[in-house]
Amino acid sequence: MSKDFQVRRITTDVLIIGGGTAGCYAALTLSRDTELSIVIAEKAHIKRSGCLAAGVNAINAYITKGHVPQDYVDYAKKDAAGIVREDLLLTAAEHFNEVTADMEQLGLVILKDENGEYVTRGNRNIKINGENFKPILAKAVQAQENVSILNRVNITKLLTKDGTVYGAVGFSLEDEAAYVIEAKAVLVATGGAAGLYKPNNPGFSRHKMWYPPFNTGAGYAMGIQAGAEMTSFEMRFIALRCKDTIAPTGTIAQGVGAKQVNSRGFVYEDKYGLTTSERVYGTVKENQLGNGPCYLQTSGIDKEQEENLLKAYLNMAPSQTLKWIETGELPGEQDVEIEGTEPYIVGGHTASGYWVDTNRETTIHGLYAAGDVAGGCPQKYVTGALAEGELAAKAIEAQLAGNAKVSNEKADQTENDSSKKAVSSSEKIKKYIEVQAGQEIEAYENILSDHKSSFTAEELEEAMQKVMDEYAGGISTHYQYNEKQLKLADEKIDQLLALADQLAAENMHELLFVYELKERLIVCKSLIAHLRGRKETRWHSFNENLDYPETDENYFKYVNSRLVDGKLQIILRDIVKEGSYEHTN
Amino acid sequence: MSIQINRQKCVGCGQCMEVCPGTLIEKEQGKAVMRYPRDCWGCASCVKECPVGAIGFFLGADIGGNGSVMTVTKDGQILHWNIHKSNGREVTIDVDRRSSNKY
Ligand SMILES: Cc1cc2nc3c(=O)[nH]c(=O)nc-3n(C[C@H](O)[C@H](O)[C@H](O)COP(=O)(O)OP(=O)(O)OC[C@H]3O[C@@H](n4cnc5c(N)ncnc54)[C@H](O)[C@@H]3O)c2cc1C
Ligand code: SF4
Ligand code: SF4
Repeated sequence: MSKDFQVRRITTDVLIIGGGTAGCYAALTLSRDTELSIVIAEKAHIKRSGCLAAGVNAINAYITKGHVPQDYVDYAKKDAAGIVREDLLLTAAEHFNEVTADMEQLGLVILKDENGEYVTRGNRNIKINGENFKPILAKAVQAQENVSILNRVNITKLLTKDGTVYGAVGFSLEDEAAYVIEAKAVLVATGGAAGLYKPNNPGFSRHKMWYPPFNTGAGYAMGIQAGAEMTSFEMRFIALRCKDTIAPTGTIAQGVGAKQVNSRGFVYEDKYGLTTSERVYGTVKENQLGNGPCYLQTSGIDKEQEENLLKAYLNMAPSQTLKWIETGELPGEQDVEIEGTEPYIVGGHTASGYWVDTNRETTIHGLYAAGDVAGGCPQKYVTGALAEGELAAKAIEAQLAGNAKVSNEKADQTENDSSKKAVSSSEKIKKYIEVQAGQEIEAYENILSDHKSSFTAEELEEAMQKVMDEYAGGISTHYQYNEKQLKLADEKIDQLLALADQLAAENMHELLFVYELKERLIVCKSLIAHLRGRKETRWHSFNENLDYPETDENYFKYVNSRLVDGKLQIILRDIVKEGSYEHTN
Repeated sequence: MSIQINRQKCVGCGQCMEVCPGTLIEKEQGKAVMRYPRDCWGCASCVKECPVGAIGFFLGADIGGNGSVMTVTKDGQILHWNIHKSNGREVTIDVDRRSSNKY
């Protein structure tokens, strides 16, 4: 490490960690509504970072004509076999259409019919050109005066004391500098976690995965370590995707009405059911039965449909169009082969993530969560990430307005004893936070210092993915596992965590690789605890425990977890019915 | 799945480096260099951003690639996706940013 390692200190009203869909929209909401100072810390650059980099193909969560938000809640609840938070689903669904209208105002292209109505795809989707969704959103954020954007700053630690958050620490990818950011409220919006399991294409194309390989579960890992409660990690998300390119299948299935067929031409989707997990499970089963490969039956579509598919994929997954052209096997002539991906943890599709109240505040006071990092609210997708960004922003506004009122009252009675006490306790907190930040920066310096490590981050990542694949239900074990295997997985992840503590880095990018690996290992550890915590099989493939192959109504509960004194504790919570939810313990 | 950068064509504007969601492209001697080819997500952000069509997008052999390369040139709101097939044939698909997906 060179002696130039700098520490940059920033104080702001609101810190947003992750300038993706939810983070950007939260910043936009806050800056439109208030004069608060807002800082976005983003590990890449907000123009194309996160899930939206390539573009999206449709708005998957919209309340179409003739439907109401409650219909959405009912659908998502059924799809997840009841393990959802209805309060979160309803409040998100109530905002789907408003955030969509706002995006259209900002420049998003949405398909309309001759009467000016949005054209729907199925019951809940509308058709768009989502190629430049993120640049449109980013541009709107960049135009706001009270938003400062720190691009290429990777956050690694939340600064907390006694269950309240005071800021975060991270490092720059551009120069040898650490950032210590103090804030009155913090929003974590770092997305979900990919790269935990051995991927579909483990060689040269290892990052050709569905979920962004750069979303490494940092938000979950920081929260877990700060003692925040997490929910439903065991509801893993496995996507059904086009073989090799891992491109979405919904555009084909819904766009041209293609059915799932096996290699014998049998339409198997009706046999296993049509929930998200059943569609994956059916495909796995057919392969196990020797009926693979499985396909989406596109052969026979006409030239116009084919051309529209080629274009649609360029707007969201260009590798699929390249594949069609390169092989010359166009979808009208050849069915599209499909496969399940490796499992991800992603709160935008399933219910994994931070355990939040109806306002999207986590169990750590002043820390909010929105988008894929927030749990309880599956199938919220891109509009849900926007809606949750907005809801969290509104709650932060209310919190800070409340704080301001309290501190004004205090200022009115400066001689008062209690306010003196408050000042001395805030000094104490400041000192404590300073120490925590110092320790994190020291950890960066140690990793960057000139020392030898037996392994590289890349080697340990491969080892982790192999363990998860073989013992925690990856692709090679057909997503299934048993209790013995999970126990082994847990032990092996512990060993890798110890090895990860010895890793060395030569530059800031390698430091990033070390942290990304550590984040994933921490998420794996929690995921395994959750898989062990749900002793039933509630969703085929997503959580398929061979020791407990049936659904057990005793587990009609949320499986939650919290790190207490260095040990993960599993908490089974009762299902929250309608109304709103506040944290009580 | 990855990209290759044509050094002759690159004018060193830095736009590809800015947009890459994985910070995988760096500058060396005034030109863009793909530092981590195995870490590419294949999002094509850099390909679309390059003002001179210097970035080629290709499929790794492990996912069925056979050497074709795709570049993008822009004409206002129209993106021309040019596919240079390994057999020497060229295919171009034009996509208008102002029109929505049909599916
Ligand atoms: C390939 C793909 C296609 C999709 N298609 C559709 C679709 O067609 N329709 C639809 O409705 N939904 C779709 N979705 C879902 C939707 O896009 C996501 O649910 C939504 O964008 C998630 O938003 P987010 O803000 O939670 O995450 P993201 O937008 O991914 O934002 C997370 C951000 O945090 C940053 N970050 C991560 N860690 C750190 C750290 N430690 N420090 C600082 N920054 C950090 C990341 O770089 C990123 O910018 C798709 C998702 C994917 C992956
Ligand atoms: S295709 Fe995407 S991930 Fe790959 S180098 Fe370009 S911008 Fe980065
Ligand atoms: S965008 Fe194109 S021209 Fe600009 S630096 Fe990158 S490769 Fe070179």
